Amino acid sequence: MTEIVFDRVSHDFGPDRVVDDVSLVLAEHRIGIVGANGSGKSTLARMINGLVTPSSGRVSVGGLDLARHAREVRRMVGFVFTNADNQIVMPTVREDVAFTLRRHKLDRADAAARVDAALQRFGLTELADRPAHRLSGGQKQLLALAAVLVAEPSIIVADEPTTLLDARNARLVSEHFAELPQQLVVVSHHLELLEEFDRVIVMEGGRVIADDRPGPALDVYRELIGSAR
Amino acid sequence: MSSAHSTSTSDSDATTAVPTPVPRRPRSTARDLAQIAVFAALIAALGLPGALSIGGAAVPITFQTLGVMLAGAILGARKGVLAVLLLIVLVAAGLPLLSGGRGGLSVFVGPSVGYLLGWLLGAAVIGWATARLLPRYPIAPALGWTALGGIVAIYLVGIPVFSVVTGTPIGAAALASTVFLPGDVFKVVVTVLVAKGVHRAWPGLIEPRSWPWARRSVAAESTGTA
Amino acid sequence: MIGVFHPGRSLLHRAPALLKLGLLAAFVTAVALQGSLMALAVASVLVMVLFLIAWLPLRLVWQQVVPILWLLAFAVPVQVVFGGWEAAAMMAVRLVLAVALAALYTLTTPVSATLDAMQALLRPFRRWIDADRVGLTLALTIRCVPLLAEIVREVLEARKARGAEGSIAALAVPVIVRALQTAEHLGDALTARGFDD
Repeated sequence: MTEIVFDRVSHDFGPDRVVDDVSLVLAEHRIGIVGANGSGKSTLARMINGLVTPSSGRVSVGGLDLARHAREVRRMVGFVFTNADNQIVMPTVREDVAFTLRRHKLDRADAAARVDAALQRFGLTELADRPAHRLSGGQKQLLALAAVLVAEPSIIVADEPTTLLDARNARLVSEHFAELPQQLVVVSHHLELLEEFDRVIVMEGGRVIADDRPGPALDVYRELIGSAR
Repeated sequence: MSSAHSTSTSDSDATTAVPTPVPRRPRSTARDLAQIAVFAALIAALGLPGALSIGGAAVPITFQTLGVMLAGAILGARKGVLAVLLLIVLVAAGLPLLSGGRGGLSVFVGPSVGYLLGWLLGAAVIGWATARLLPRYPIAPALGWTALGGIVAIYLVGIPVFSVVTGTPIGAAALASTVFLPGDVFKVVVTVLVAKGVHRAWPGLIEPRSWPWARRSVAAESTGTA
Repeated sequence: MIGVFHPGRSLLHRAPALLKLGLLAAFVTAVALQGSLMALAVASVLVMVLFLIAWLPLRLVWQQVVPILWLLAFAVPVQVVFGGWEAAAMMAVRLVLAVALAALYTLTTPVSATLDAMQALLRPFRRWIDADRVGLTLALTIRCVPLLAEIVREVLEARKARGAEGSIAALAVPVIVRALQTAEHLGDALTARGFDD
C-alpha cells in the first residue's frame, strides 16, 4: 500500500479553522473517516489529491509532496465525489468514462477497450450511449466509479459516495467498493460500509479524536453523535 | 434560499459549503471553464419551454437575455462573452437551445441574428463595466451600465441587421424592437439586483478594476462611481 | 442530445458536413445578391428538389420555417409601403429560401458532425485556439444544460411551494448561487480527473 502522510496539517476557511494540526500516516488497505458535518473530514480527503492546499503543513502520497507534484499524485489517486451529477462532465456515459483517459494518451483501440471493460464491470454496457442525465442516482454513482477506475488508480478517495443514494443503491455502490483491490480512503456516514475496514479515523472540530480499528472507533463516533443529541 | 441549497451543500462540509470569502487562486482554469459552460447552459435553460413566463403572450419576454446580462454581470467580460459564444456555437451546430426550441443554421440566416450576435457585445459591455463598479457596485451607475450593455449594445447590432436582412427602413425596425423594451428594462433591474446580492455573498468572481479615466487616481473606486 | 437533426439515409444525410456548409454558404450568398425574380424562382425549385431528396417529415420542416414567417408578417407590409410589392416579394423569397436551406442542413446533419466540422475549420488557428479544449467545453456545456434546467425547475417549485411570493430577483439569486456552486464542483471534478494535465 502507498503511504499517505499528513504532517502537521492545518487549514483555514476564512475565520474558521477546519483542519487543526493533523498528523497521520495512512498505509492500510481500507481507511474510513467519519465525523459530523464541518468536522473537516471532506477537507482532509480533498488534500490527498491536492483539490485543497493546506494553509500550513505538508501532505505527501507515496513520497511525493502535493505542493510540488499534484499532477503526478492525481494520476495515482482517483476521487469519487458525493454528488455524481457534479462529477460527470461529458454528455453520454461512454464519453464520460473516456474523458478520464484523455491524459493517458492511449491509442484509440486501446482506450476503447479499456472503456468497454470499465462499463462492463459496472453493468453499464447497455447504457453506454445514453445521456448521463437520464441515469438513475445509483447508475450515476456507478458511472462516476467506472470513470475513476478506468484510469487504474492505485488509491481511491471517496467523499460520502453513498450519502445521496437510496438504501438499495447505497448497498449496491457499497458492494462495489468492498470488491475494489485498490487502497481506499472513504469519508462516510454509512457506518456498515466501514465496519469491514482496516482502520477508522474520527474527526471532530478539525482534529482527530479517535484513530483505531473500526469497532472501537465507531463506538467513539456513535457516542459522539449520541451526546450531541 | 434555504431550499435552493438543499442538493448542492449536502455533499460535504466546509470545503464546498456556501460561498466562503477566500480567494481560491489555484486550479483557476478548470473552474473558469466550468463557470463558462455552466452559464452557457443557464442561458439555454432559461429558454426551455415552461422555464419562466411572465405577462403572457402579449409581451414578448425571453428570459435568455436575462441569462446573457447575468453572464456579463456575474462572470465578467471575458468569461461572460465566452459563455454566450459557446451557446451560439451550439445553436449553430443544430441544438434547439434558443427560446421556442429554435436552433440550427436557419437562425443565422434569419433577420434576428443581429440580436444574437449583439448578445456578445452586451455581455462584454456589462462585464467590463461590472469589473469597474465593483467592489461597491452602486445601484444607479450599475443600472445605467447594464442598460447600456443589455439594451443599447444588443439593439445596436440587432436593429441594423434586421433592417438590412428584411430591407425595412431602420426607423421601422427600431420601432418594431420597442415591443421588447419593457421586458428588457425589467431584466436590467433584475440583473443589477442579482449581481449586487451575488457579489456580496461570493466575492472574487470578478477582479475589480479601475475606470480608464481614473487610472492615475489613487481613489479610483470612489471617483469612478461617484 | 440529438437536437434538430432527423436521422435518415439520403444523399444529403450522407454528404460530409464541411461540403454541405460550403454549399450552404455559397447558396445563401448567391441568393442574397440575386436581383431577378426569375433566378429566385429557379433557386426555389432547386431547394424544393433538395427537400424531396432529403425526404424529411413535413412537420419538422414547418417547425424550422415558421419563425421566419412570423417576422415576414411584420416585414412584408412595411416593405410594400416603403419599397413596393416587388421588393417585398424578393425579400420574402430570399429569406425563406435561405432559412429553408439552412434548416435542411441542420435537419440532415448530426450535431457531432457539425462540431467536428467546426473543429476542422479551427485548425488553421491552432496557434491561438486549442480546438481540443473548445470541443471539451462544448461537450461540458451540453452536459450542463439538463443540470441547469433542473436547478431552474427546483427553484421555481420551491417558490411555488411557498405560495409564489417574492420578486424575480429573489428567485434568480438562488439560481445563480447554485449555478456557481455547480461550476465549483465541476471544476473540482475536472481537476481531479486530470483536465489540467
